[in-house]
Amino acid sequence: MQKHSLIRRTLIKSVAATLVAGTALLGSGAALAQAKMKVAAVYTVPFEQQWVSRIHKALNAAQARGEIEYKASENVSNADYERVMRQYAQEGNAFIMGESFAVEAAARKVAKDFPKVSFLMGSSGKPQAPNFSVFDNFIQEPAYLSGMIAGGMTKTGKIGMVGGFPIPEVNRLMHAFMAGAKETNPKVEFMVTFINSWFDPPKAKEAAFAMIDKGADVMYAERFGVSDAAKERGKLAIGNVINTQDKYPETVVSSALWNMEPSIDRALKLVKEGKFTAEDYGQYSMMKNKGSELAPLGTFEKKIPADVVTKTRAKEKMILDGKFTVKVDDSQPKSTAK
Amino acid sequence: MLSEALQLLLSDPFWVAVLRIATPLIIGTLGVLMCERAGVLNLGIEGIMVAGAYTGWLAVYLGAPLWVGVLAAMATGGLFGLLHGVLTVPLALSQHVAGLGITLLATSLSYFAYRVTFPKVTTPPTIQPFQAVAPNAMDGIPVLSVFAASTPLTWLAFALVALVAWVLYRTPVGLAIRMVGENPQAAESQGINVTAVRIGTIVAGSALMGLAGSFLTLSAFNAFFFNMINGRGWICVALVVFASWRPGKALLGAILFAVFDAMQLRLQQVPGNVLPYQLWLMAPYLLSIAALILVARKASYPQALMVPYRKGER
Repeated sequence: MQKHSLIRRTLIKSVAATLVAGTALLGSGAALAQAKMKVAAVYTVPFEQQWVSRIHKALNAAQARGEIEYKASENVSNADYERVMRQYAQEGNAFIMGESFAVEAAARKVAKDFPKVSFLMGSSGKPQAPNFSVFDNFIQEPAYLSGMIAGGMTKTGKIGMVGGFPIPEVNRLMHAFMAGAKETNPKVEFMVTFINSWFDPPKAKEAAFAMIDKGADVMYAERFGVSDAAKERGKLAIGNVINTQDKYPETVVSSALWNMEPSIDRALKLVKEGKFTAEDYGQYSMMKNKGSELAPLGTFEKKIPADVVTKTRAKEKMILDGKFTVKVDDSQPKSTAK
Repeated sequence: MLSEALQLLLSDPFWVAVLRIATPLIIGTLGVLMCERAGVLNLGIEGIMVAGAYTGWLAVYLGAPLWVGVLAAMATGGLFGLLHGVLTVPLALSQHVAGLGITLLATSLSYFAYRVTFPKVTTPPTIQPFQAVAPNAMDGIPVLSVFAASTPLTWLAFALVALVAWVLYRTPVGLAIRMVGENPQAAESQGINVTAVRIGTIVAGSALMGLAGSFLTLSAFNAFFFNMINGRGWICVALVVFASWRPGKALLGAILFAVFDAMQLRLQQVPGNVLPYQLWLMAPYLLSIAALILVARKASYPQALMVPYRKGER
């Protein structure tokens, strides 16, 4: 009996000693981490998804500069979204990013429960005081410009557009693109297909083939797979959100590029200064704030008719000078091709 | 709209698209059909297709020839089939639960492996996929021109239909497979090892499922995406019922579904179209259900399907 209790006491002592040492170690670790702001992101799709890839890139850049310590969860289902958000908030992240489109109510509740954490979420809704800001891909301006180029490049006068779902984020870019194409080519016709999936490139490719079979010679590549169909058939494509010309040098003419750096750098600065408030970051995705741009024409610099380039550049300047506003139309686009 | 549809049926690019959409369905349906003929439902197909799509693509990405990628996909399918076989045959677990478990496991595992292998990519890495066998070589010749414009895996799918039918109906092995799916007691009394035949058939059927998945990354597209199987596996499970467990009818069913799908993608664009696009997307599924009602009512399913065999039990 005595022997046992002795052993037990020694055990307890050694465990306690380890615990103390452990806590000390942990403490120093925490102190080290405090030097950098902790940032987390929760995405409903993989990092490769065009939209998310732009946010991921900007946050990774901030981490590479040594400003933040960045953690992210990808492919989080909507049912799990709130739980993951809460976990990141509890783990002491000062700033959390994500997309709350499908989980609006839950995400806003988390923000209320963690008033000291700053949130910047992709959302079609309004900001919520004091700590829930919203952003969205308001890149209709470069979409319009890329449409002008598409209108100037089509020979058949038919442009094909394959989209995932007809949600505002997709619709407004398609409408801007169509308006731009009509400016350089008033007779141009459009074919529109939605495939009800963000991630089915074989299906997107199939939809694109269907349009090319019907005479489309310029494709608006909202999804992965569309540029591949265009490449295989020797047709052209216009990129969206990301620039993929390096992968399709003979196919992708131009792209409407989204830059998340202005939004994210602003938010990080405000959080650091303790001045983060609820606001709409929409304008930081616009061209005048460098939140979006018409990607460099690259391999197609010389292949686009000079008058189209001149017109497009003039329009670009008008947008930057605030003399031209691209209409935001969130309704579902329809086919006009005969 | 009717004339548009009829015109489509006469155009080559339309039929090439049909075969492209049908190929993974044909091969996947054969896989499910084999498992069920041996008496075991395999709902692991959706996940096994994801795993096959991943490993087949990965092998090619790492420098292996395309056909080695195909073999890698089949081996992956076979491994998951072995797991399903062990769970459902000797252990006699619920075939539904084991199958769904395999789908969840294979899907998550594939994605985990993908992320571990490619932690930092922002655009999916690509490979050079299978090309058309001889595009334009047979122009003007009906049927042949369509096959010439398809990839080798589509040819393989048609060959597999013949092979599976031949094995099932013309060989002792096929007889054993059908017997353990109809009446395992009788099979046992004839000296057939029910457990071995069932597991073997599940492994072979699952290898076909892996192959079906790899068509998407090695032929229809050139990169791996997490959700790219997108329910195609479940369609195969339904097509087996449509086919009344017969390989020839499975081919027919897969092609019929692909015709509906290729057609809706084209008819969505017809001027004066007032139907919402969601209805068009639904069309292949609705028409399949209608066909199922017409064709499959008289279907006789394998008598021992989903009945675990316990030796000596009556």
